Amino acid sequence: MHLPIYLDYSATTPVDPRVAKKMIPYLSGHFGNPASRSHSFGWTAEAAVEEARAEVAALVKADPKEIIWTSGATESDNLAIKGVAHFYGETKGRHLISVKTEHKAVLDTLRELERQGFRVTYLDVRENGLIDPETLKAALCDDTALVSVMLVNNEIGVIQPIAGIGDLCHERGIIFHVDAAQATGKVDIDLSALNVDLMSFSAHKTYGPKGIGALYVRKKPRVRLEAQMHGGGHERGFRSGTLATHQIVGMGEAFRLAREEMATENTRVRQLRDRLLQGIARMEAVQVNGDMTARVAHNLNVSFAYVEGESLMMALKDLAVSSGSACTSASLEPSYVLRALGRPDELAHSSIRFTLGRFTTEEEIDYAIGLLWQKVGKLRDMSPLWEMAQAGIDLDTVQWAAH
Amino acid sequence: MSYSVKVIDHYENPRNVGGFDADEAGVGTGMVGAPACGDVMKLQIKVGENGVIEDARFKTYGCGSAIASSSLVTEWVKGKTVDEALNIKNAQIAEELALPPVKIHCSILAEDAIKAAVADYRKKQGGEA
Amino acid sequence: MSLPVYLDYNATTPLDTRVLEAMTPYLKTRYGNASSRHEYGRVARQAMDTARQQVAAAAGAQPTEIIFVSGGSEANNLFLKGAAAAFGLAGGVVAFSAIEHPCALNAARQLARQNWKLLELPIDAAGRVTRAGVDAALTQKPRLWSVMLANNETGVIQEVAEFAARAQTAGGGWFHSDAAQVLGKQPLDFRALNRTGVHALTLSAHKIYGPKGAAALVVDKRLDLIPLIAGGGQESGLRSGTENVAAIVGFGAACELAVSRLNNLPARLRHLQARLEAGLAPLGATLFGIDAPRLPNTSYFAFADIDGETLLAWLDRAGFAVASGAACSSVNPNPSHVLLAMGVPEALARGALRVSLGVETNEAQIDAFLLALKTALTDLKNLTALRR
Repeated sequence: MHLPIYLDYSATTPVDPRVAKKMIPYLSGHFGNPASRSHSFGWTAEAAVEEARAEVAALVKADPKEIIWTSGATESDNLAIKGVAHFYGETKGRHLISVKTEHKAVLDTLRELERQGFRVTYLDVRENGLIDPETLKAALCDDTALVSVMLVNNEIGVIQPIAGIGDLCHERGIIFHVDAAQATGKVDIDLSALNVDLMSFSAHKTYGPKGIGALYVRKKPRVRLEAQMHGGGHERGFRSGTLATHQIVGMGEAFRLAREEMATENTRVRQLRDRLLQGIARMEAVQVNGDMTARVAHNLNVSFAYVEGESLMMALKDLAVSSGSACTSASLEPSYVLRALGRPDELAHSSIRFTLGRFTTEEEIDYAIGLLWQKVGKLRDMSPLWEMAQAGIDLDTVQWAAH
Repeated sequence: MSYSVKVIDHYENPRNVGGFDADEAGVGTGMVGAPACGDVMKLQIKVGENGVIEDARFKTYGCGSAIASSSLVTEWVKGKTVDEALNIKNAQIAEELALPPVKIHCSILAEDAIKAAVADYRKKQGGEA
Repeated sequence: MSLPVYLDYNATTPLDTRVLEAMTPYLKTRYGNASSRHEYGRVARQAMDTARQQVAAAAGAQPTEIIFVSGGSEANNLFLKGAAAAFGLAGGVVAFSAIEHPCALNAARQLARQNWKLLELPIDAAGRVTRAGVDAALTQKPRLWSVMLANNETGVIQEVAEFAARAQTAGGGWFHSDAAQVLGKQPLDFRALNRTGVHALTLSAHKIYGPKGAAALVVDKRLDLIPLIAGGGQESGLRSGTENVAAIVGFGAACELAVSRLNNLPARLRHLQARLEAGLAPLGATLFGIDAPRLPNTSYFAFADIDGETLLAWLDRAGFAVASGAACSSVNPNPSHVLLAMGVPEALARGALRVSLGVETNEAQIDAFLLALKTALTDLKNLTALRR
């Protein structure tokens, strides 16, 4: 068993060896620029790009023509949201709706649009992390141009009810964007049946390489976007720039594997996740964050009360886990997702996200359980808050010295 | 966040974790910080009749630097008189542990904990006298 | 069947095997997200730090001046749109050469919709932006400048330091230069350029035997940029999105190799270029840009009355991979905007072929190419004669 044990599959996944194998030829012999139209190096690369596009489309039941390559889900989110706002701002309106628990790529893009004069409503979630479609319905305005809701939350793994939201948007002629970066290979996605206009994908959350993603842009009815990256007119003008063939090939292969292995893999991963949950469920003052039913199989997010988050991370250095999302973990801000669920700051700080994956083993899970008992126990023995709680003192009534 | 060797040592092998009966004579208890700020330190000193700190205990809810700062001061106050203990400054703690700038507040908190424990001890002494 | 002879190094280059070796661990075992705080994340972060130093060293810049992006197009877009956005609604004048890469041209043209006035710097017959053109532009006090260091089609090297110095003296404006085609072909010194008044450079990995998917904008820290891509705040907030660690590691390794090649490669390429061009002249080729200083690896030429597409197809069948104009604009059937800006007649421009050489090119390949070209021209001339 290799330490630290990797339990951070929602931050990024290893490239599946089968994916790497498929990529390597495009890093050596087949190095052509897919845009080169005058020789076979270019054609070989272009054919590989189109094969990969078909694989990505197949996983989500879309038409390959509806898939646009980008550098990753963050760029896809930016392109979808700014692209719609700038294209439809004058016709549909300047009101946008999203959710407080979205990824930073969505939230920061919306903040930027607010500075440009757009109006944005950020919906609250319920205590289980799910949005209430009625809340959304109430927020819709005559000038709402876009609704953006993620399919699977990156921190707590809850699955938002996008089918219903899509229908609601469709009725009102509002464009619906879904960030599905955390969903591929975890949740069935059928874009031929869903009322979704735009969907963001990432390769490196699904055992593909970093640096590549895609945006689904619906053809019927056609959705238009203002391009954010201009240049040689690649990707039908939606996104210019030399295509990184090997990365695209990797994403195609990763999505093909996801399509073929999703069902069996999710069963296996769910068993391991449930084993982890059962292993720590008997520990006192442990709280699961987010709904356990509408949730992907590989995520467990738990708060360990009365221990501080950073020292907990330090104690768990043999586990590669995340407290809050990877993108924000450089700062000491408590997770805004857990705050949106109503968790107090200290509980948000002491929450750990375990995300399991394709290469997680039972042995690793058992080791993690043992380590959690030992380390949380040690920190609690050292914690004055735990001592007070054990003595029956309600910490909320304590007058803390201002500091 | 990269921690110094000394912080890691104190964090992994904290000295003097625990507590005394706060009502016992000669025991001073200081509790500083707040859960919402991410640090709570409880420092207890046991002072002999000669005014020398014979023993110290701590419990800390906080990051590795906070735990190390409080562990360190329990070592430092032992054998000192109450007045000498009050001369321990946060800069010395920060220097000893090589705390990065974002962790200086941990050393300040530890200094505050000494002051609070001494104040509590003196208050009890004053009350008895 | 042997692989075709690749003579299109300005479009993209094969990955150096040493670069691939450097990258492979980051695709396999060292797969962490560089933003993660655990061991896997730290390993990825350290690898990025090293790569940043390698790229900075190759560009003569500081590591803190490197912003990693997904490609040269993004770097050019980031400068033009990002610096323009920092001026808010005020707008201004953006000056750029008429021969910029399409990604810079089209990014600049987008600014026309946001209160920016476009000023295209004229090109002389040799393919150069002229001092007179720059001086004329100065009267309009451009706030943004973009003039490439060397053109991707002609290989003509522009007097960027001189132009930037003039802009600086006349009151400033942020000056950017696309150096993607220069890196690895001649020494690059951002510090020296920066002193003359250049504030940003575009670099790209896949033009220097590195991977596609990694590039950089080198920036003077005083330059105020609004990011193109918002999100997790990576790259000091200037470029969000999970870092493409493997490609960035490859970029770093490629930069280090590029620097090590500078002692020998340019001279070798120059020799091969001369051999090629000595063979082209007797075939009746019109060579573009030869009256100006050029990159040592690029030859751009056309034959009167020969259709370029037909010739390309013929050469491809004969096993030679060359380009017509820039690869990116190959989607576009129009004649090269670079040649038109140089005043080349449209009919001749349509027949233009670009041969760009690289590390694996040798004399035998050049000779074989010239022989094939000669045969092709004879064939095609007979065909044209028959048709007539």
